[in-house]
Amino acid sequence: MLQQLINGLSLGSIYALIALGYGLVYGVLRFINFSHGDVFMVGAFVAFFSAPLATRFLGSGWLTFAAVLFISILFCAALGAVIERVAYRPLRNRPKLTMLITSIGVSLLLEYGGQLWLGPDPRAFPTLIPNRLILNTPTLVLGQVPVIVMGFSILLMGLMYLVVQRSRLGIALRAVSQNQAAASLMGVSINRMVMQTFAIGAGLAGAGGVFYALLYPSINPLMGIFPGLKAFVAVVFGGIGSIPGALIGGMVIGILETFVTAYLSPTYRDAIAFVILIAVLLFRPAGLFGQSDREKV
Amino acid sequence: MKNKMRLCLWMVVCMGSLSLLSCSKLSSKNEILLGEYSSLTGTTATFGQSTHKGLQLAIDEINRSGGVLGKKLRVQTEDTQSKPEEAATAVNKLINLNHVVAVIGEVASSRSLVAAPICQTAGIPMISPASTNPEVTQKGDFIFRVCFIDPFQGSVLAKFAADSLHIKRVVILKDVKNDYSIGLAQFFRTQFLRLGGVIVGEQAYSEGDTDFKAQLTALKEKAPDAIFLPGYYTEAALIIKQARDLNIRVPIIGGDGLDSEKLAEVAGAQALENVYYSNHFTVQNQAPEVQKFVTAFQAKYHQKPDAMAALGYDAVYVTVDAIKRAGGTNPEKLKNALAATKGFLGVTGKISIDENRNAAKSVVILQYQNGVPMFKETINP
Repeated sequence: MLQQLINGLSLGSIYALIALGYGLVYGVLRFINFSHGDVFMVGAFVAFFSAPLATRFLGSGWLTFAAVLFISILFCAALGAVIERVAYRPLRNRPKLTMLITSIGVSLLLEYGGQLWLGPDPRAFPTLIPNRLILNTPTLVLGQVPVIVMGFSILLMGLMYLVVQRSRLGIALRAVSQNQAAASLMGVSINRMVMQTFAIGAGLAGAGGVFYALLYPSINPLMGIFPGLKAFVAVVFGGIGSIPGALIGGMVIGILETFVTAYLSPTYRDAIAFVILIAVLLFRPAGLFGQSDREKV
Repeated sequence: MKNKMRLCLWMVVCMGSLSLLSCSKLSSKNEILLGEYSSLTGTTATFGQSTHKGLQLAIDEINRSGGVLGKKLRVQTEDTQSKPEEAATAVNKLINLNHVVAVIGEVASSRSLVAAPICQTAGIPMISPASTNPEVTQKGDFIFRVCFIDPFQGSVLAKFAADSLHIKRVVILKDVKNDYSIGLAQFFRTQFLRLGGVIVGEQAYSEGDTDFKAQLTALKEKAPDAIFLPGYYTEAALIIKQARDLNIRVPIIGGDGLDSEKLAEVAGAQALENVYYSNHFTVQNQAPEVQKFVTAFQAKYHQKPDAMAALGYDAVYVTVDAIKRAGGTNPEKLKNALAATKGFLGVTGKISIDENRNAAKSVVILQYQNGVPMFKETINP
C-alpha cells in the first residue's frame, strides 16, 4: 500500500511539473497550449543527444546530470519562445479558438516531424544516475532516482511559486494575466512577458521530459501525447493558474492511476483519469484551488 | 468549359495508362516478385528490421546462384509501422497493385491475423516467418508459417520453469492488447497447472505503457518464485528494469517476443540476470548450415543475426523450394507445394509443414548472462 503510494507520487510529480507549465501559459493568456506535451518530448530527446557529449567532458555523475538537465531546459525554453513568436504572436488578437487550433497544429508538427527526423523507434535513454536503493525492506523499496525526481520537481515548483509571487517578473506576469491593456499602460511589455511565460513553461516541460526519461528510459517522438493529456487533467483538477493546484492535481492523478492499475484494472486507468476530470468540472468548474471570479471584464 | 473537361478526361486516361504501365513493369516476365510486409518502424521495429535483413540475404544468395527456375527473385517491402491497420493496407497494396506471387510476413500475431484473411480471399499464399499464435494459420488453407506455435512454446516454458528451475509459484504479467501475449499466457498456465504448479497472481498492461510499478508491486505481494512475461521487448525491457528497481530478483521467463538487442540496451545487463526466454534459433548452434548463415549475415550487416533474421531467411528458402517443386508461381500449385514441405533443413531447424500448415520444430531456451543471451537447452516437439 505504502509502496503503491510512492509509485504514484513519483509518476505524479512528473505530471505536476508538466501541469505547471500548462497552467502558467493558460493563466497569462487564457489559452490551452496543446503543444506542451511535445515540448516535453523534445526535452527528453535533447537530453538523449547531449548525454554522450556531456559524459565525454564531465565523466559520469551528478555534474553530467546537472549539465544535461540544464541544456534541455535551455533548449526547450528557446523552443517555447520561438513557437510563441512564430505561431502564436501573429494570432494573439484573433479569437482564442484560432490559437487553440494552431497549437494542435504545432503539436502534430513536433510529433510527426520528430518521427520523420528521429525515426519512430523507441530509443534507450542512457543511465545518467544509477538507481541505488536507499530503502530496502520487504514491504518498501525506494531507489534514489524516484526520490531525486520528486525532490527536483518540488524544488522547481517552489522556485516558480517564489518567482510568480515575489519577483518583479512575477508581478508583471500577474498584471498581464489580470488585464493586458492596463498592464501595458503601466509600462509592462506584453510581448516580452508572453514570450517569457512561454519560455518558462517550455523549460519546465523540458525538465519534465528529462525526469520522465530517467524513470522510464525508453523514449520516442510520440511519448509526449499521454503525459501531456494527463497533465492537462491535472491542471483542470488542481485549478488553472494555481501552482499548488498543479502540484496537488498532478500527484492525485499519479496516485489514482497507480491504484486503479493495481487494484482494479489497467484497462480502465485512462478512463478513470478522464472521469475524474468530468466530475471535477461538474462540481467545481474552477478546480480545487481555482478562483472562479478571476476573469473580470 | 468543354475544353477543360476534355483536358481532364485526357489526364485521367493518361494517368490510368501510366499506372498500368508501372504495374506491368513491376511484375515483369523475367523475375519472380515476392511481397513482404514487416514492422520496419514502431514499437517492434527490431523484429521487422531483422526479418527483412534475413530475407534480403536469402534473396541475394539465391540470385547469385542463378535465381529460381531461370528467373531472378525480387522482393517488394511494405512497412506496417507496428500497427495492425497498416498491415491491412500493406498487404492489399502488395496483392492488388504489385501482384506478388506470395506474401511473407508478419512477425507479430496481431498483424498477421489482420493480413491473413486478405491473402486467403485473394488466393495468394502467405508465409509468416514468426507469428506463433495458433489462430493465424486457421484463417485458411493459403496461410502458412515456418515457426512453432504457442501451445508448444507455452508448454515448453512451463516445463522448463517447473522441471529445470524447480519453480512452484508463478505470477503472470501479460499484454491485453496483444493476441500473442494472451495466447502464450493461456497455454503456459494450462501446462504449468498440469505439472503441479500454482499461478498466484495475474496482472495486465497495454502496449505502449511505460509505468508498470503498480502491477509489479501488486505481484510482489504474492511472493512468487518467478514472473511469466509473455510480451514484446519494448514493454518487457521497462518491466524487467522496474521489477529489479523494486527489488524483485526472482527469475523472469518470457517467450520469443523478448528476442531483441533493445532489451539489453533499455533494461541494462544487470537487470537481465535471471531472465530466461524461449526462442527459435541461437547463433551458438554449431551446426554447419547455421554457422554458414551466421558468417554470411555478419559479412553483409556487421552484426550477429537474431531469431527473426533466421526465420526471415528460412521463410524465403521454404517459399523458393515450394516454387521449384510447383514448377512455377500458380497460386494453387504453390499452395499445394508449400503444404507438402517435408524435412526442409533450415537454419532454425528441420521444417515440416503439418496438416494445420504449422511447422513442428524444436525450441531453444536462452538465459541472459552479462547482457548476452546464452544457450541453455534445446527441447524437441
